[in-house]
Amino acid sequence: MSQATLEIRRISGHAGSVPGAGLRREFEVCKLIDTTTCIGCKACEVACLEWNGLTFSETTFNNSYQTMPETQWNYWNLIKFNEHERDDGTLQLLMRKDQCMHCEEPGCLAACPADGAIVQYVNGIVDFQQDHCIGCGYCMTGCPFNIPKFSPTARKVFKCTLCVDRVTQGLEPACIKSCPTGCLHFGTKPEMKALAETRAAQLRQESGFAHAGVYDPAGIAGTHVIYVLHDATNPEAYGGLPNDPRIPWTVKLWKTPLKWIGNLAIVAGLVGVVGHYLRFGPKLPPEEEERP
Amino acid sequence: MSASAVLPDGRICRYSLRERVVHWIAGISYLYLLLTGLAFWSPWLFWLATLFGGGTVSRELHPWAGLVFVIAVGFMYGLWANQMHTTQTDREFWRALPHYVRNEDEEVPPADRFNGGQKVLFWGFFWCGIFLLLSGLILWFPPLIPWSLRYFRYAAVIIHPVAALLTIGLFIIHVYMGTALERGSCHSMVRGDVSAGWARKFHPAWYDRLMRAPH
Repeated sequence: MSQATLEIRRISGHAGSVPGAGLRREFEVCKLIDTTTCIGCKACEVACLEWNGLTFSETTFNNSYQTMPETQWNYWNLIKFNEHERDDGTLQLLMRKDQCMHCEEPGCLAACPADGAIVQYVNGIVDFQQDHCIGCGYCMTGCPFNIPKFSPTARKVFKCTLCVDRVTQGLEPACIKSCPTGCLHFGTKPEMKALAETRAAQLRQESGFAHAGVYDPAGIAGTHVIYVLHDATNPEAYGGLPNDPRIPWTVKLWKTPLKWIGNLAIVAGLVGVVGHYLRFGPKLPPEEEERP
Repeated sequence: MSASAVLPDGRICRYSLRERVVHWIAGISYLYLLLTGLAFWSPWLFWLATLFGGGTVSRELHPWAGLVFVIAVGFMYGLWANQMHTTQTDREFWRALPHYVRNEDEEVPPADRFNGGQKVLFWGFFWCGIFLLLSGLILWFPPLIPWSLRYFRYAAVIIHPVAALLTIGLFIIHVYMGTALERGSCHSMVRGDVSAGWARKFHPAWYDRLMRAPH
């Protein structure tokens, strides 16, 4: 891994093509989270705060081990704790590390109007560039995972960067580095996908989790953070992991057909009034009588 | 001078000072909203934000300008709503629209103070203004809309541009007619007065009513 992984593939709010896109042969990175071996120690939460130098914030006690209800602008990595009652009446404590999923087709980037405020590198990392962010919060509407969060002090939006600064130096993200059980892995997308499938098969065949599987949702063309779940048929049980995440259809409607229909209509309106004037000319009032 | 009064020099006061002030507050705030809104609308127009201090400043001020615009439209409602009811003449105006478009104004039924087209402009801006306000309030404060109410955000991002596009259509026609097409209209909205000939030609029923009234 090198600086070359910072080749940009997509730019938000950008007129024209992406400079240099598709010139080089590149690989895609991926984080694998095996929820079945997570012990909920929150080392990844601390490592994230430490590496990124984030300010400390109040925790919220809500009758669970969970640090706070959801990720915050200065808290990008949060383990979600959920007590799940299985069909046989037994309880299962589900722990899922929640953070940006680094979608292959990012809804935040699609919704963003600011040139270059969100970029997607060819390695798959979706990164916010706060110096170009205008603080509109459209990314929060485009995201199907409730990840981008608005900072009331900076008036900009922040989220997990997948430690892009570490990855470009050949290091794994801080959360991966800190995990004591090895439930977090980092590598190329094909490698991680294969490892996840192997683990899911093991869970199905040897551990009695008949519905174990890999979460790499197709509605957004896959993600660069994937999960192994005990029950891949019910991701909602893991603290609201969407079953079929997609970019909201109103965002798609607004950004593609409506934009072109609207632009054509505006141009047609301008051409129409100019054409009308050339063809019919002004409506002139009768010559005014001489003023006394 | 109040609206619908005949002035000593024979010209007619069409818009009172209050009407003109409210109109231009709405007009100038709309122009700002239009240009900054277009910057957010398309990457190809994002440069417009540069003219107004950049994207961040535009995003901060756009909602405040929206409030000014909506308040001005509210005042317009108070000033004009009672003159904007659709009448039989307005229905005939729409049937005679091809004549109106071809500048055959003598073939168009005599309009009162506002013709059918002006009434559609008024109600168009009024209703689009309401939708822009409601969706705009949601877009103004996205962090205050919790995840469980995200469908309001999904609705707002489509309602806001659709309503804005409708007003752009009205705005193009309104500015064209008020400046280039109907000579004397722009002056009436700046200084308030029109010539008797202007009133007789474009708003004959209004003119007749004024001439019949004691003054």
